[in-house]
Amino acid sequence: MARITAGIATSHVPLLGVAADQNKSGDDYFAPIFSGYEWSRKWLADTLPDVIVLVYNDHASAFDMKIIPTFAIGCGESYAPADEGWGPREVPDVEGHPDLAWHIAQSLILDEFDMTIINEMDVDHGLTVPLTMLFGAPDKWPCKVIPLAVNVVTYPPPSGNRCWALGEAIARAVNSFNDDLDVQVWGTGGMSHQLQGPRAGLINREWDNMFLDGLVGTTDKLRHIPHIEYLRETGSEGIEMVMWLIMRGALGRETKALHRHYHVPCSNTAIGHMVLEPVDGTVPPSPTIEGKNAAAQAMID
Amino acid sequence: MSDIHDYLAEFDDIPGTRVFTAARARQGYHLNQFAMGLMKADNRERFRADEKAYLDDWKLSDQAKSAVLARDYNALLDLGGNIYFLSKIFSTDGISFAEAVSTMTDMDFPTYREMMNQGGRSPEGQRSIKEKR
Repeated sequence: MARITAGIATSHVPLLGVAADQNKSGDDYFAPIFSGYEWSRKWLADTLPDVIVLVYNDHASAFDMKIIPTFAIGCGESYAPADEGWGPREVPDVEGHPDLAWHIAQSLILDEFDMTIINEMDVDHGLTVPLTMLFGAPDKWPCKVIPLAVNVVTYPPPSGNRCWALGEAIARAVNSFNDDLDVQVWGTGGMSHQLQGPRAGLINREWDNMFLDGLVGTTDKLRHIPHIEYLRETGSEGIEMVMWLIMRGALGRETKALHRHYHVPCSNTAIGHMVLEPVDGTVPPSPTIEGKNAAAQAMID
Repeated sequence: MSDIHDYLAEFDDIPGTRVFTAARARQGYHLNQFAMGLMKADNRERFRADEKAYLDDWKLSDQAKSAVLARDYNALLDLGGNIYFLSKIFSTDGISFAEAVSTMTDMDFPTYREMMNQGGRSPEGQRSIKEKR
């Protein structure tokens, strides 16, 4: 049986990839950001999962305006770093886990999350910067990664509630996979930032920390925050935080925070990072596939 | 469940912000796809060599072409541009995200950078035009 062992939340600011790639992570500007990940790197060395389901958004790299999937899951063998306009980052290709990815995709669709399936794509800073922040610069990433891309660019993005429920469905899917695998779910993006218009540069330290608080324990109040509140309180790009709720939903009823880090600024953005462990990882049964629809369940076994 | 009309109407009440709605996505489709084209090194070369000629290959209004030539990012947002797509233009120019973003504010880049170093722009008074909060 596969199991979800932990959740990680982290910002994915492209400048952090630049800093790491140019060996500037010890500079005065970047050191306070990178030092907040040291604990997590050590912890990960002892608790390395087999697979990471990495929730992120594509920033006009793999997807342009032709196709805008709300939720898309990568079922391919591997993904190359995208050329985002200045050549691809010189980081290893990301190895997928097609068996688990397809299992999750099938399970989610039967669970009424109508996923888009991706077999080939390049992955941009949204996915590679979190790997860099948590693993440094290895020759090969130390575990498999299933990319899960969320549209948070064209409105409306999915609601926080829907994201949380998707996380719960991912937990059900992982728990029904027969191989013995440790799986982490990472939620990336955020925290408060606005990259456009005269209001650019908005940061809301108080709101961000309220959000970090809300990821811990048994509360699920974050799932009910409407888009307009993210927009007003955290800037137009703060909406990326709904992706953290997929991670939180996947951790079940109760979580414990193992590590927390917050820093302003990184470029235009507030950096947030948290490591969470499930305390009571139970998720509600599916309204569709559990106990009600044996035929559907049999199809994904 | 939100009513879609109420949901969209609230976006106009946020100061200094253009939410990338479906209406903007439709309006800016060719502008954003033009910017996306700059992901390819060959296109960047052609654009750099003769910006105007390169722009003429795309279905863009004269207004959009002028705004690209002037690097007027607020005007480009008004024409349906999205910042992640527009970022391909300032990447081609070799300008950092923070510097490009600063051009949309009333600050020069050093002033903007200093504001970020001091904790960023406060949300006070920036949440709602109607409610002045």
